[in-house]
Amino acid sequence: MNTTEVLIAGFGGQGILFAGKFLAYAALLQNRNVSWLPSYGPEMRGGTANCSIILSDAQVGSPIVSRPDILIAMNLPSLDKYEQEAKPGASIFVDSSLISRKVERTDVNVYYVPATQLSTDNGLETLANMILLGHVIEKTGVIPEEMIRPALEKVVSARHAWLLEKNIEALSLGKNYKE
Amino acid sequence: MADKILMKGNEALAEAAIMAGCRHYFGYPITPQTEVAAYMAKRMPKIGGVFLQAESEIAAINMVIGAAAAGKRAMTSSSSPGISLKSEGISYMAGCDLPALIVNVQRGGPGLGGIQPSQSDYFQATCGGGHGDFHLLVLAPSSVQEMADLVAKGFDLAEKYRMPCMLLADGTMGQMMEPVSLTETKPEAHDKSWALTGTKGERRPNIINSLALQPQELEKWNEDRFARYAVVQENEQMAECYMMDDAEYCVVAFGIAARVSQNAVDAARAKGIKVGMIRPITLWPFPEKVLKAAADKCKAFLSVELNMGQMIKDVKLAIDCKKPVGLCCRTGGMIPSPEEVLAAIEKMQKEGN
Repeated sequence: MNTTEVLIAGFGGQGILFAGKFLAYAALLQNRNVSWLPSYGPEMRGGTANCSIILSDAQVGSPIVSRPDILIAMNLPSLDKYEQEAKPGASIFVDSSLISRKVERTDVNVYYVPATQLSTDNGLETLANMILLGHVIEKTGVIPEEMIRPALEKVVSARHAWLLEKNIEALSLGKNYKE
Repeated sequence: MADKILMKGNEALAEAAIMAGCRHYFGYPITPQTEVAAYMAKRMPKIGGVFLQAESEIAAINMVIGAAAAGKRAMTSSSSPGISLKSEGISYMAGCDLPALIVNVQRGGPGLGGIQPSQSDYFQATCGGGHGDFHLLVLAPSSVQEMADLVAKGFDLAEKYRMPCMLLADGTMGQMMEPVSLTETKPEAHDKSWALTGTKGERRPNIINSLALQPQELEKWNEDRFARYAVVQENEQMAECYMMDDAEYCVVAFGIAARVSQNAVDAARAKGIKVGMIRPITLWPFPEKVLKAAADKCKAFLSVELNMGQMIKDVKLAIDCKKPVGLCCRTGGMIPSPEEVLAAIEKMQKEGN
């Protein structure tokens, strides 16, 4: 039985919850079990935001991710808060445009992606989240690539259909990024 | 079976209410249940239903009384401080024997408290919540699917026994998204000849009222109501047993606490500890029968709750204090980790042997 616990953390407004919902749908479309739990309340408006996503072949017990297999840190407070919580052997993804320090742990795999910089350089403002996710999918295989488009179709509303291709672009930018 | 979609618990319960035939929603916003009202505001006008944001929680519950008295499937939702405000109306509804659904997506208290998940309204919900001798049906979902499924069940039970029903959830259940499949449910047919629908000059007027100034009369009303409660207690207890077949130790937990405890039970089993879990789905009636049976087999019990220890009293009562009952709890919006629950299970085992 395969279970992956993902924690995405950053500022409110960085698309933390959207990124999590995309992952959750990709797993759901494979008929896997999934839970998505956001932080909520005033912290979502400018403060720190995080989202717990569990993708599993078994029934999901607690939906709270306290020991992530995959940690995606989109600001310094999030890395400070969660670095020590990651499981040994976990993968930590860091938006290195916004976080200047390095990960201190030596028992984890670390990937630095200047996602925010890449997003502005490529006309993909506000899609740093998806650039990071593209790299996550490439390095961890957390969801299969063929699920990317159908999952995006579930989370990008018809009203914003033009954003679908932008998301695909951001994901492949992250996928192809070489440190 | 409808395709599974991802929905927040708050949205799933709202859609489930519509699918169960509810066309009257009265509410007032409060975190963490505001999505219920937002969803109803969007959907109800499209299907000829009523969405009304009242001027206060008290107004909202009184609107529910009105719609329920007219025989309609009506509901309201709120979170802990808002439920306290509604408690007067809930007592009147019990006194009038009116069926309706009240959703409490709990947050930490007392007072304004916080906005993070809690189960600290357990006493309030299971002991009625308002003044007077009465009970509510209290249902406790522990997944988004159950948030939806227990809505139709709640309406049906409420109408069957002419009692208000409370769906007792918490912030995580409301805010979490999980796959859910929603299907249209047909309301069970229950007699509503008591409803205030207009006599059309063809029958004597119905009266719905909770005032009885003659003590003999009021005593009779209460005794009749409690005779009905006894039937509910006999027939409607619901609980889920997890790994209980050979269990020597028993965790008791509902809602989010049960989800966390399930991880702990799995981890304890991996260490060779024969532990299982009883998850009450009805908190009133409390599932005494299954607990009583477990008391004959298990050496000790552990109540896991997001409060300072409220359900533990019902656990002790249900098993007549035959076995020790421990408590593992966090409060104020904190949630125990599976590791904390596991440690409590290991302690229980050590003390039990």
